[in-house]
Amino acid sequence: MLMAFWHLFAGFFKIGMFTVGGGYAMLPLMQQEIAKYGWITPAEFIDMIAIAEMTPGAIAVNTATFAGFRTAGVLGAILATASLALPSLLIIVPLSNFWEVHRDHPILKAIFSGVKPAVAGLIGAAAIYIAETAFLYDPLLAKKDGFPVDLRSLLIAGAVFVAVRRLKFDPIKAIIISAVVGLVVFGF
Amino acid sequence: MQPKKRKKQATATLRELFVAWFKIGLFTFGGGYAMLPLIEREVIDKKGWTDKEEILSIYALAQSVPGVIAVNTSIILGNRLAGVRGAVVAAAGVMAPSLLVIMAIASYFDYIMKSVYVLQAFSGIRAAVVGLVAAAAVRIALASLKDKPAYAIALTAFVLSAFTEIHAIVIILGGALAGFLVYYFGAKGRAED
Repeated sequence: MLMAFWHLFAGFFKIGMFTVGGGYAMLPLMQQEIAKYGWITPAEFIDMIAIAEMTPGAIAVNTATFAGFRTAGVLGAILATASLALPSLLIIVPLSNFWEVHRDHPILKAIFSGVKPAVAGLIGAAAIYIAETAFLYDPLLAKKDGFPVDLRSLLIAGAVFVAVRRLKFDPIKAIIISAVVGLVVFGF
Repeated sequence: MQPKKRKKQATATLRELFVAWFKIGLFTFGGGYAMLPLIEREVIDKKGWTDKEEILSIYALAQSVPGVIAVNTSIILGNRLAGVRGAVVAAAGVMAPSLLVIMAIASYFDYIMKSVYVLQAFSGIRAAVVGLVAAAAVRIALASLKDKPAYAIALTAFVLSAFTEIHAIVIILGGALAGFLVYYFGAKGRAED
């Protein structure tokens, strides 16, 4: 049992330490570690990705929780997620302290003046990727023939956009209402 | 080394930090950028812990170091507001919903995956996330695009990210280099003329 805990710690610490960019960038290394230690079966890993996408939270954190829970129960789940986040804590705390102190230095200011629009561009691309995934590859709606994008999905997305952007609607309420609306309108 | 106090340093109790990040973790579906609209609402609009422009620097930092983007973002803001303890509490807050939800459903996986009602509700949530992220993208573009070089950098980053396989960190580093050349080297060159 102690060995199982050690493997969970070592495996997820390594995953947290050696992947930059989060999310899907972590999956290949996670797959390797899972194969090495046999926390879950490859089939469960595929199912897990689907579940992780559907449940709240970051995908890598969800996968860590699942693998830890299957291997060693609640303690295993906590250990796996904590191990995943530990490298971030060790690296970021000193780095962001440095940034807070020196952020007004002309060179750092200039660098971040270039980084900010680059991130804005990345967010724009991510918005398109998210739209593509939701509209074209929805597991429930993708099989339908005819018009490739489901009109009901488009209407929900448009309504949420207007509500949040123009009416300052709370995103959490928008998500809850959309779940209920989805339950009703996609039932037909 | 403690972060230098800024002119309007926001403060937060550990409890406030935990609750705010717990909410963000609980209502983020899909991770990464899908978290943005909730961060804007909880951390910027409600709490005023950062602003729309600075969040981009924080995001860039979170994406350029190892780890999960959502967790990294919570650590940066938690550390600023309440030191290392704040970082730990914020990270625990953003991960706690995953622990609770995944453990709760781990035993019912197959049943849940086959439930048509669950799929219907999630089709609704997925569509909502598209609207939320689009609204956040528009807001952020308006806040960060201030001059022509910024437009050029944003457009280049967008095209590279949308149409090539280039990793986000390479694009961020490219933005950093462009920023250095345009806003530091360029400004210096103009001053010396």
